[in-house]
Amino acid sequence: MSRSVTAASGQARGGTSWWARTRESRFALALLIPSVIVVFGIVVYPVIKTLITSFYAVDSPFPKAWPGVGFDNYTKALSSAHFWSAVERTAYFTFVSTALELVFGIGIALLLYAPLRMRWLFRTIVVLPWALPTIVNGAMWRYMFNANYGVVNAALTQLGLLHAYKAWLSSPFQALNIVVLADVWKNTSLVAFFLLAGLTTIPRDLYEAARIDGVSAFQAFLRITLPLLRPAIVVVLVLRTIEAFKVFDIIYVMTGGGPANGTQSVTFYTYQRAFSDELFGYGSALAYLIVLFIFGLAAVYIRALRSEGYAVT
Amino acid sequence: MAESRRYRIFIHVAAVVVSLIFLAPLAWLAIASVSSPVELLQVPLKWIPSNISFSRYEQIFSSSGENIFANFRAALLNSVIVASATVAISMTVGVFGAYAFARLRFRLSRATLLLFLSTYMIPPIALVIPMYLIMVKLGLLNSRLGLIIVYCSFTTPFVLWIMGNYFQTIPRELEDAARIDGCTRIGALFRVILPLSRPGLLSTTLFAFLIAWDEFLYALVFTSTNASKTIPVAIAEFTGRYTTDFGLQAAGGILALLPPVLIAVAFQRYIVGGLSAGAVKG
Amino acid sequence: MGDDQERRYTRRRFLGSAAASSAAFYLAACGGSSNSGGGSSGGTVTLNNLFQQQAGYSAEDIAGMTKEFEKAHPNIKVNNTLVAYEALHDKIVAAAPAGTYDVVLGDCIWPAEFGSKGIVVDMSSKVNELPASQIFPGAIQMAQYQGKYYGMPWILDTKYLYANKKMLLQAGKTTADLKTLTGMVSTLEALKNHGVVKYPFMGSWQQAEAVVCDYATLLGAFGGKFLDEEGKPAFNKGGGVQALEFMKMLLDKKLANPSSTTAIEEDVLKAFAAEQIAVNWNWTFQLAGATDPTKSKVAKADVAILHTPLGTASTAPGVNGGQPVMITTGSKHPDEAWTYIKFITSQPVQNNYVADSLPIWASSYQDPEVIKTAGSQLVSVAKTQLPDMILRPQVTDYNSASQELQVQIQRALLGKASPQSALNTAAGAFESSA
Repeated sequence: MSRSVTAASGQARGGTSWWARTRESRFALALLIPSVIVVFGIVVYPVIKTLITSFYAVDSPFPKAWPGVGFDNYTKALSSAHFWSAVERTAYFTFVSTALELVFGIGIALLLYAPLRMRWLFRTIVVLPWALPTIVNGAMWRYMFNANYGVVNAALTQLGLLHAYKAWLSSPFQALNIVVLADVWKNTSLVAFFLLAGLTTIPRDLYEAARIDGVSAFQAFLRITLPLLRPAIVVVLVLRTIEAFKVFDIIYVMTGGGPANGTQSVTFYTYQRAFSDELFGYGSALAYLIVLFIFGLAAVYIRALRSEGYAVT
Repeated sequence: MAESRRYRIFIHVAAVVVSLIFLAPLAWLAIASVSSPVELLQVPLKWIPSNISFSRYEQIFSSSGENIFANFRAALLNSVIVASATVAISMTVGVFGAYAFARLRFRLSRATLLLFLSTYMIPPIALVIPMYLIMVKLGLLNSRLGLIIVYCSFTTPFVLWIMGNYFQTIPRELEDAARIDGCTRIGALFRVILPLSRPGLLSTTLFAFLIAWDEFLYALVFTSTNASKTIPVAIAEFTGRYTTDFGLQAAGGILALLPPVLIAVAFQRYIVGGLSAGAVKG
Repeated sequence: MGDDQERRYTRRRFLGSAAASSAAFYLAACGGSSNSGGGSSGGTVTLNNLFQQQAGYSAEDIAGMTKEFEKAHPNIKVNNTLVAYEALHDKIVAAAPAGTYDVVLGDCIWPAEFGSKGIVVDMSSKVNELPASQIFPGAIQMAQYQGKYYGMPWILDTKYLYANKKMLLQAGKTTADLKTLTGMVSTLEALKNHGVVKYPFMGSWQQAEAVVCDYATLLGAFGGKFLDEEGKPAFNKGGGVQALEFMKMLLDKKLANPSSTTAIEEDVLKAFAAEQIAVNWNWTFQLAGATDPTKSKVAKADVAILHTPLGTASTAPGVNGGQPVMITTGSKHPDEAWTYIKFITSQPVQNNYVADSLPIWASSYQDPEVIKTAGSQLVSVAKTQLPDMILRPQVTDYNSASQELQVQIQRALLGKASPQSALNTAAGAFESSA
């Protein structure tokens, strides 16, 4: 390559000159300002207000001269058994649902990418659960698992797999698992579509070369697909972890946190303390603790899965 | 992958199995929406109801006046407008920002991205009350615009991050080639990167649409009337204090499925793409 | 391509997407308008109120009442927002600092919380002007906290005893046997022993407010009290403990369907409608649901709605499940708000809409028009049940205290704790409030 081209591409990369770098920074700023306005414009005040509220003992929605309590709300949360049970349940929900969604998601992504007949039909079907509003999804699964007239009981007894109708949602751990099921059923499609987008960036000639070398399909999957899919997998993992930790809507509709708080996620616990009990100071502290947890988890993923040359953040 | 016959049978069988798993609950939902309440309670359950009645759908489409059916129609329109606008704004704004994160080097680049991401990590419940006060002050309570502004604030970080990562997977050489030919950075963005990112762009668009379509808590607190109520809120109102006509929620759910599915069908042919062999040679 | 042309091309693309976004913005902005927050222009006052969907009165009923009101008061305009019950509490709380609403519909378990936190105004002076003696005493209590009235009763409801007469007959029993709790137990046993149905009873005993309501009914029947005169918890002694033991006994003797612990009121109605149970407690709504042929297998003539059975006490008060209308402290038009409240709670208006909800006025129950529209069976039992209702404890953090009580009742029912110890733990939660 001629020197002019190298110089040009050097300049294209921003070069090493101070002038070029500042110009790049200014350009980046220009590109980012709309995002900053759209996001922080609306969010900055609530975020700061909630943070401040977390340092006061507040028990009504009115602005007043509330007594400052320093970190008491935080220590109260961290020393509360209820809080840690909620965290435990949320961690279980997060890990199990994310793991299932990832495993099934990869499988379905491969199917979405595969040369199927009537591929458009299959893709449409895969979008359906994802397009169903969570409100309806939660109500549907709840109705299906109803102890007295649910479809699941009907099907299992008619197939002879169950001899009497069972009260599925009456035991806390079982109910949690059913919520996981409902969540996985709805959200695996999302994971699949994301991974599909990742799959399409893998050059086909890599597979061609592998086939010529006599590598089996499964080996190709392990050695080519998975590693090249890693950035997409990390993105999906972080995303689903964030969403799972924030899980609220489906619990609100399906179980209301019960039975015996068995499905009370940490966000639902926060909602109950903040709105039902009107403990806004405590609720604010809980919310920030949740953010810290999510942050920590995301950092762990990103660090653990970061590979050479891929800056995920 | 080898196009062997065994492989083809396998993938088709797998596709059928997956389709059944996804369709079964929805089929039941459809059946519930046309069954009378008493038939849904039967033990043992009859799978196909003897009296199929579309009365719930009729009520939703033809009721007028002050009731939950007319509200649903208004909510359908509101949801479509709010979700579309949210996607249009956050994708536009987010794509430019994503380019900055992916291709430009600047100080605090990583910190900025993390800052955006962390707003996405905050559970909505934490921000509801201060957000409500802002909405009141700006006169945006019970308005579609208010909802759009709020939704953009959390779909944009998401777009920034996803597309930022996606852009990084596009080889720099392609962009450099364009720029050597005289393109500006923005030009390269539009002429090289965006076309190649179509699968990622469309997935992100669909995802952002569904976030806005599905959002419940803010919609519940900020909306009051048909001027801005969205579908999740309208469906939640199908529940009486002590009774639910699940068939009605099912009907609402089926109708609420249609717009996102139509969009997905329209887009799905563009989701296939990717680098053709030979784009990166040498 | 020249640099200039290049820039023009990309600029066009950029403008294109910007135009798309602006179009979206514009489309959204025109159309959705926000609340005015109650303005007054040349003497007209606008009230913005918050009601509930399907709370006794339907949306059409409320619209009807409002139209009549606006005709009688041309200078007051009324905008009503209706939301689902679950959203009601949260919307009232979120809107409180902003004063978005003037009149709000509440639940009888909220006056203590809202009154003490200054979310609703003390209406005692206005309520005391009314002929209170003509209102059911059970009704007027529902909005009372520490001697002050924080709302005006509007919707009345309590849990009655429902029975399937046909199934009772098959066991050789009649509704007369259901007058006392001991009679009820022997009826249930007869139903079971005669093979009429496997589980003749179901309770709405899910960990939700529903179980507290059932518990409250039995608490009253056994002469227990939630709080004593000093406002300290008293339900872990005497009648309160007997009530929980009674519930446990029904489960242990397999008279109550085991899925009672996961059922709420709607599930119980459905079980009754499917003739899977013969006896249960439920709100007024079960009468309509059980006699509707599209929703129920039970023949209309077989549905009996009865007074709650007597226990060891001399009366059997039903649980107060009413809903009062209240005025928010942020309202800029409290006087007009009171005018509206007075109108919708007045006897003539309530008598007009009796098909959906019974009036708070005692004399209405003698009115032949009312009896005809609401149904004589309902009116005759309501007449005796509604005057004497047991109110759930008015404590400022009722929500969290009730949740603890729900958890403890469930633990006792599931055999994880004895009724006495469960109630002792729950009493601790009420101790800190009040």
